[in-house]
Amino acid sequence: MASPQLTRAEIEPLLDVWLETEFTFHAVGPVARALSRLERDEQDFVLDWIRRVASTHITLAFHFAKRAPDLIRRLDPRAIEAWAVQLCDTYDRAGIYAALSIAEQVDGYARAGQTHTEGALFDDIAGVLGNFVRGLAGRKLKIEQGDGIYTDSEKIVLPAITTRLPSRDDNFKLTKATVALLWAQTRFGTLRADLAAACAGYPHPGRALQQFNALETLRLTACIARELPGLHREIQRLMGILGDTLPGEWQPLAERLRASDAQVEDSLALLERAYHLPDFPAWCFQGELRPDAVAAARAQRLDKEKARLRVKLAQLADEHAAAKAQDAAAPPAPPAIDATPREENGALDFDITLDGAPVAPPDDVKQLLTSVYLDFGDIPPDYLVPAGEGEYDPNLVFDRPEDPDAVWHGTYHEKGAELYPEWDHGRQHYRKNWCTMREKAVAPVYDGFVRDTLDRHAGLVRHLRRKFEALRDENRFEKRQAQGDEIDLDALVEALADARDGREMSDRLFVRLHRAERNIAVAFLVDMSGSTKGWINEAEREALILLCEALELLGDRYAIYGFSGTTRKRCELFRIKTFDDRYDDEVKARISGIRPQEYTRMGFALRHMTKLLNQVEAKTRVLVTLSDGRPDDYFDVYRGQYGVEDTRMALLEAARTGIHPFCITLDRDARDYLPHMYGAARYIILDDVRQLPVKVTDIYRRITT
Amino acid sequence: MNARTLDPAQHLIEREPYYEPIGDEIQLFEAAYRQQIPVLLKGPTGCGKTRFMEHMAWRLKRPLITVSCHDDLTASDLVGRYLVKGGETVWVDGPLTRAVRAGGICYLDEIVEARKDTMVVIHPLADDRRTLPMEKLGQLVEAPPEFCLAISYNPGYQSVLKDLKQSTRQRFVALEFDYPAAELERRIVVNESGIDAGMAEKLVRFAQMTRNLKGSGLEEGASTRLLVHAGKLISSGVDPVVACRSAVAQAVTDDADMLTAIQELSSSLF
Repeated sequence: MASPQLTRAEIEPLLDVWLETEFTFHAVGPVARALSRLERDEQDFVLDWIRRVASTHITLAFHFAKRAPDLIRRLDPRAIEAWAVQLCDTYDRAGIYAALSIAEQVDGYARAGQTHTEGALFDDIAGVLGNFVRGLAGRKLKIEQGDGIYTDSEKIVLPAITTRLPSRDDNFKLTKATVALLWAQTRFGTLRADLAAACAGYPHPGRALQQFNALETLRLTACIARELPGLHREIQRLMGILGDTLPGEWQPLAERLRASDAQVEDSLALLERAYHLPDFPAWCFQGELRPDAVAAARAQRLDKEKARLRVKLAQLADEHAAAKAQDAAAPPAPPAIDATPREENGALDFDITLDGAPVAPPDDVKQLLTSVYLDFGDIPPDYLVPAGEGEYDPNLVFDRPEDPDAVWHGTYHEKGAELYPEWDHGRQHYRKNWCTMREKAVAPVYDGFVRDTLDRHAGLVRHLRRKFEALRDENRFEKRQAQGDEIDLDALVEALADARDGREMSDRLFVRLHRAERNIAVAFLVDMSGSTKGWINEAEREALILLCEALELLGDRYAIYGFSGTTRKRCELFRIKTFDDRYDDEVKARISGIRPQEYTRMGFALRHMTKLLNQVEAKTRVLVTLSDGRPDDYFDVYRGQYGVEDTRMALLEAARTGIHPFCITLDRDARDYLPHMYGAARYIILDDVRQLPVKVTDIYRRITT
Repeated sequence: MNARTLDPAQHLIEREPYYEPIGDEIQLFEAAYRQQIPVLLKGPTGCGKTRFMEHMAWRLKRPLITVSCHDDLTASDLVGRYLVKGGETVWVDGPLTRAVRAGGICYLDEIVEARKDTMVVIHPLADDRRTLPMEKLGQLVEAPPEFCLAISYNPGYQSVLKDLKQSTRQRFVALEFDYPAAELERRIVVNESGIDAGMAEKLVRFAQMTRNLKGSGLEEGASTRLLVHAGKLISSGVDPVVACRSAVAQAVTDDADMLTAIQELSSSLF
């Protein structure tokens, strides 16, 4: 039986608590009254989201609460959820004012009067559309969520949700058509035109841009009809549903632009006429043109691509010269390079010749040529001159890893960092791009620590050697098998004797080589938070050295990283040994150099390690965390339940990709939270820090066999 | 009805296998064959390497023995082994030995998949010694001039761990294969599946779209072979979008998002 509706008197106290009306004086009475009129499941849904948004920002939650009772009647719950998440995301990214303006957009949708629309959510469709647009030829475009519908020639920006049509499927189709049109803008030259200059001469440049967009929409729609007839049929159906038409005055212009040879120049030529026509009713799949964004992306791209192409061509020419030098002593003149674009079956391709001889360009050269062609409509001759020795600063041409410390020496920026999401327990959603993570190297310390450790634990090391050698499952011959590569002569003689005696002859007469490989990759994640100072840090380092000794014997692939952080802006992962590093003196010195740093923010570290582990080819992947306490960060939300829940989520994500997480901790209170994070059997608590070096190898043996 | 059983060492390919040359690979292969140099075919899956081998076997009028390599393939699987029959041990030749004895062409498909210790048994056959040592028999089989060794591998999805050893690859003349150019691929699809040129052109377009996705979630784009499959379905009356889904999309990926994206590409095209 359905639960009874909540009354206003029952709702108001809830809102009082969540929205802290005692201090904020938000008028929750009208909200409670509106909510009391809803069905019980609708009430539960809206209240749940008010509470979740309130965990991010109370004012935001109040604005959401004011609008939600009206919205729930018009939009499907998934769409409302998407709006709520977008409110929180925008708040994370741009603060309260930007988030409140998103709240106002919701009013627009509510006013549009659509009833029970099933929206296409960006998060649901971005993956598919990303692959869709990559499949279409041309420059690789990214799909991003943002505050409009446009492309800057490198990314396509879409809104959080598309709700123009009643069914989810049609809303997806509409977004797909939009993506195709924006792709066509990059592919068929719209963005090549200097739009700002073209519109500047008109009394209202904004209107000129709008009319130009209309002209290009007509031209590109015709291009799509030729290239992608199936999609064009779909577009026409959607236009039919939404009543999009071509006004009579625009007919002759459309005719001209429909011609197969129509170029962006034709649209520019028609702009004067179009400017004086009445406004074009924007078609449903049309986006906007943002010349500023295009110009910015283009300015960043041009020099870099020119340099890259010339460097690549120089490499190509070098190989060519080397091949030629083998044939005959050729004069060392730079070869004449020519690249002729050609459209083959709808795809862009290039015929490249070196001194008149055709060469097959590598994929990266082809991609650069395509990108240059899309910017210019041709390959400018100065792009085809191979770069001379030292002509370019490699730092400008190729992306170099940033110095992770440089960020703290000037203005804060996130260049070169990796961004990771974080699970917000209150919101029950991820905070996107929340943690700014940088990998750093541990400064090696060449002291006697490793030697001392091995001396101190000499007996244990010997014991470990024996134990781990037994683990190593090497190739061995298995005798008396039913199948195998060789005859087991002993077994055969025995069987023949049996046969003579009248007994049954065994069929297990073969020797087989049993080849077993330990196919394990393991990552150790070491807590380098400030609380490990002293005993714990030393025990950790000792444990790592003993581990390495044992693992070298086993041949398992392993990596060691340390982690620490101060707030989400400074999440640091310390490289001690990568999967590719050998266990050499430098690695030993880095282990010796492990020093306590800041706080225990764990989620980002687990997520990054998950990513690294998944890049290693292995049958079994294990992620072992060595920690001394609960997740915690300075002056931030990352304390208590929030940190525990985020860590738990990061571990679930790891497990979902097939990684086996395990935790070794020194925190005696860990029983309060570890079972919740790792599950009942995936952790171990050591009471005495001195046990750590002794126990760690034992635990490793247990979890990998 | 009974299936015909053929002994590959005796069997010659009677009908000319259809093959459209991409470049000068036929002349190169023939020259290598005459000079008794083994051949390595490189290229993505389904681009026509195996068909090329069949065609060459037909041209050279030699029997063709193909071995598909896998990670359990042992040296004995190739060379041969003793079996016990009625209390006696009997030696049985493996496919490589049979090909050497018959003066045929031995084609080791996807050689990288074989174990590293297996690969070395072909080394003496692949250099100027042209012999196959049969340690267990205490024999050395010398290859006749007609014998030819060919191997193939796909550099595209072979990982670093499984790359071909230098000591192996440097014994071979390498022929590089790639998907044929659009025009040629269209002709192949028309010829092999019987659809009209317009439809074949769209199929080739579609293949290019999937090849654009290589590296961003797709290991390999649609091969010519898959296009021929799709073409055959279409020519027997299947709707092109459905044919592309079953013959191409489902064959290249299991990922739901990727499947949908490829599906959207084909429905946009047809």
